Amino acid sequence: MLTDLLGFPPQVLFGQLLLGLINGAFYAVLSLGLAVIFGLLNIVNFAHGALYMLGAFTAWGLAQFLGLNYWVALFAAPVIVGAFGMGLERFLLRRLAGVDHLYGLLLTFGLALVIEGVFIKLFGASGQPYPTPAALTGGINLGFMFLPWYRGWVVVASLIACGATWYIFERTKLGAYLRAGTENPKLLQAFGVNVPLLTTLAYGYGVGLAAFAGVLAAPITQVSPLMGSNLIIVVFAVVVIGGMGSIMGAVVTGLAMGLIEGLTKVFWPEASATVIFLVMAIVLVLRPAGLFGRVA
Amino acid sequence: MSAAQGHAREIGGADAAERIAEIHIADLHAYYGESHALHGIDMTVHRGELVTLLGRNGAGRSTTLRAIVGLIGRRTGSIRLKGEEVIARPPHAIAHLGVGYCPEERGIFASLSVEENLMLPPVVAGGGMAVAEIYEMFPNLAERRRSPGTRLSGGEQQMLAMARILRTGADVLLLDEITEGLAPVIVEKLAEVLGVLKARGYTIVLVEQNFRFAAAMADRHFIMDHGHVAEVVEAAELEAKAHVFEEYLSV
Ligand SMILES: Nc1ncnc2c1ncn2[C@@H]1O[C@H](COP(=O)(O)OP(=O)(O)OP(=O)(O)O)[C@@H](O)[C@H]1O
Ligand SMILES: [Mg+2]
Repeated sequence: MLTDLLGFPPQVLFGQLLLGLINGAFYAVLSLGLAVIFGLLNIVNFAHGALYMLGAFTAWGLAQFLGLNYWVALFAAPVIVGAFGMGLERFLLRRLAGVDHLYGLLLTFGLALVIEGVFIKLFGASGQPYPTPAALTGGINLGFMFLPWYRGWVVVASLIACGATWYIFERTKLGAYLRAGTENPKLLQAFGVNVPLLTTLAYGYGVGLAAFAGVLAAPITQVSPLMGSNLIIVVFAVVVIGGMGSIMGAVVTGLAMGLIEGLTKVFWPEASATVIFLVMAIVLVLRPAGLFGRVA
Repeated sequence: MSAAQGHAREIGGADAAERIAEIHIADLHAYYGESHALHGIDMTVHRGELVTLLGRNGAGRSTTLRAIVGLIGRRTGSIRLKGEEVIARPPHAIAHLGVGYCPEERGIFASLSVEENLMLPPVVAGGGMAVAEIYEMFPNLAERRRSPGTRLSGGEQQMLAMARILRTGADVLLLDEITEGLAPVIVEKLAEVLGVLKARGYTIVLVEQNFRFAAAMADRHFIMDHGHVAEVVEAAELEAKAHVFEEYLSV
């Protein structure tokens, strides 16, 4: 086998590939949310990491204070955090419509700092444990590797979320509004579609996806105020590589970058933290609009 | 033809004083940022009429249509549509009064298929054309319904831009330079479509460069210049006021 030839036991290779796939699943869901938001709001949502963290904290809070389990949280947290996001859009972000991108970036970045600061104040910077749901503890030995059930579930759940988003965008009337609103919101509104409402919903949906990823992450990473800010830097690199505003591009690039990162951990561990940024630099030089981006 | 449309034609033939104003614009000013594009427009269009907005490049014809549908951020004065004041309303609310807008740049969505483009505008009133009827009117669109909207030829895109507002039940149509850059056969086809629409009682505002295209059908011409309505010429006065066209339209 190739892996034996290169001197790596298959467990190491597949173990890292699985880790890469899981990271890739998170990148995919998060960059998908960013793509949806960018499409309608023209805002690079720097609060995305903080909202992902809010999703995890909401799941933790639902368990801690209301005794609600993981499966309830998986649906409730995205709805709650998504609703919070819609409030942010309606009362803050909307005021930036029509001004330079930079203001949206600054506002959402500031929001992230405020939200994270409040949670550090309330809960401390260290993490709160969140248990793996009972049905998904343990795992299965596949021969070439051990697959923990929960990790497998994370990949499946992420792919379902991505697939559902793709379906909504490409196959429904609402999706046609969202695509048209991304291209030419004014004309869409002149046709009688309530574009401001559509924009609020799109932001809520993107934020809900971030919160969904946060709940998925909770049993793996613990729930801590800075869990999002560590991840989101890489997600932005993924978004730059994939190109803003493409649903498929966000998903494919997210998964691919996770896998590349995993493979790099096997073959050249020192480079694994930087490989995505290296890819980003190369893509920026060769295709500034990103791999799937439309050149404006 | 529905009873309402028959009724509209009857009204179209009545005395001017009794007619219903579908569009009544008074002292309309519009701005692009600091730049003042419309300087007090007055304009009345009755139900079932076809009028044109004529003028040189930059006269303010497109801006007038954009102001009616609410696409100009800053506008003052009065725009009444079917009796309702819309100057302060958002665009999506204006469309639901039964206004269909065909923009100068056509506005076909590249990320939507031909059929998705056709089905995109929400129905704003009863009595819109059935999809089958639209495909009958524009057979090319039926053939290419699965292609991306911007893969169509210019003429087909223009037909799509027209077709999609006919589906919605809008009976006030604002059409911006629909014949621009199109082959004579397609212009003829569009003239035929306009004839059908006029006969059905639609109220139509047509921005045109092609005066011949417009003159045959129009009830009235608004000659625009530098953001004003410089002259209003009734269809019956075309001969007598030929000098007006000379003055404002020749380059
Ligand atoms: N988006 C815009 N921003 C700033 N100014 C504009 C904009 N669109 C039009 N204008 C200006 O407003 C004035 C009226 O333009 P408008 O587009 O209404 O002219 P028009 O009569 O439709 O002529 P044409 O379509 O042949 O250019 C012009 O001086 C034009 O330069
Ligand atoms: Mg124009």
